[in-house]
Amino acid sequence: MTILILNKEMMPVVKEQDVVPFRNRVKEYATKIGMGLVNQTKLITAASELVRNMLKYGKGGKVYIEVVSKGRENGIRLIFEDKGPGIPDVSLAMKDGFSTGKSLGLGLPGTRRLVSEFDIQSVVGEGTTVTVIKWKNG
Amino acid sequence: MKNESIKVLQKKKTAILELWMQNQLAEEGLREDLMSNDDLRVQSEELLDALLANLSDENLSNAQSSHFDTVLDILAGISASRAKQGFSPRETGAYVFSLKDALIDTLQQEIKDPATVLAQTIRIGKLIDNFGIVTFETFIKGREEVILRQTDEITDISTPVIRVWDGVLALPIIGTLDSSRTQIVMENLLQEIVESGSSIAILDISGVPAVDSLVAQHLIKTVSATRLMGAECIISGIRPEIAQTVVHLGIDLSQIITKASLASALRTAFNMLQLEVVKKRRFEKENA
Ligand SMILES: Nc1ncnc2c1ncn2[C@@H]1O[C@H](COP(=O)(O)OP(=O)(O)OP(=O)(O)O)[C@@H](O)[C@H]1O
Ligand SMILES: [Mg+2]
Repeated sequence: MTILILNKEMMPVVKEQDVVPFRNRVKEYATKIGMGLVNQTKLITAASELVRNMLKYGKGGKVYIEVVSKGRENGIRLIFEDKGPGIPDVSLAMKDGFSTGKSLGLGLPGTRRLVSEFDIQSVVGEGTTVTVIKWKNG
Repeated sequence: MKNESIKVLQKKKTAILELWMQNQLAEEGLREDLMSNDDLRVQSEELLDALLANLSDENLSNAQSSHFDTVLDILAGISASRAKQGFSPRETGAYVFSLKDALIDTLQQEIKDPATVLAQTIRIGKLIDNFGIVTFETFIKGREEVILRQTDEITDISTPVIRVWDGVLALPIIGTLDSSRTQIVMENLLQEIVESGSSIAILDISGVPAVDSLVAQHLIKTVSATRLMGAECIISGIRPEIAQTVVHLGIDLSQIITKASLASALRTAFNMLQLEVVKKRRFEKENA
């Protein structure tokens, strides 16, 4: 089934101070489509992980916030786009506990568990794009 | 070349002020709650004085002219103080633009030749528009100062350490727990543990909107640091949606004592201190 975009907005994220306004924006959209508290919290937490990766490893970038619909289901799609160094081994980065930043290594694998749909594209030297969708009742 | 219109405006200063005041007082958004009419009149007169005294045919088309420095200074002052007093941008803008109406109305009454009126109206319009832009710029700067001051205040008040019981500290955390906040929280907490000789600290995260891996790591670090000091740390205020998210994310908090509410954390603390809270026994029965 095709996914329709009902609304689209772009936010640049280049510094630590951009994180909170971005998260609040995501929360606003999620509330607007009537997403429940648990799914909202999962979406915001996922957004928080991805935006922090973008800042820490990707030198910042852009995030597209979209309200999307598929059939009867509405949801929020977030696209994180950076022009950083890229990830040499994506499947390794997706493993629990893998981190090049002395961290927990839970951001990417944890995010995949929190959202309904997850996609990551990365080219070394060009950048990384992560796309997630959380359906309202997903 | 002497400009007839400017002389007219200078001569009619009192009338213009009256007209301008009328325009302002008729404005729907007149904020008598923020500024008295007397203050408004003094402020308006000062600005009009400065404008008319410095107006000439050369600078009428040039708002950047150094002759207007006094005018711009006064405008900037008015605008910045209005931003702090809580006027809206619309109200502040209306203040400057209603002067334009007063000037143009006066010109139309005093000068007979329509071509002159038209030409001068356009020039005055442009000049006041430029003053309007300056007003907005300073207005926004004034607001930004307010925001910066509030940001400082928030960081100051955001991390209190409360002695809830002999030997028990509580730290309510409200807002995002980023790296610099964690540093402050940790410092305050460890300091208080030493000063009060407490053996239990309760970190309440009811006011933290989301717990991602970064926040979790900060919590874990704070707990480890507390333990190194020989005290125990309980994390309370874990809401159901946070609990579910933390589990999906894969964060392991099993090494930490966590409680749903501050009350249950306090109960746990009493248990650890072998304290018991009992209901007071009644010695006399009511209505006996
Ligand atoms: N946008 C990105 N650009 C380049 N590399 C990235 C990007 N996002 C993630 N990575 C790489 O993938 C690894 C795994 O990311 P993940 O978010 O899972 O863990 P982490 O950020 O290291 O730790 P945590 O998120 O738990 O604090 C990172 O250590 C980093 O090497
Ligand atoms: Mg990460």
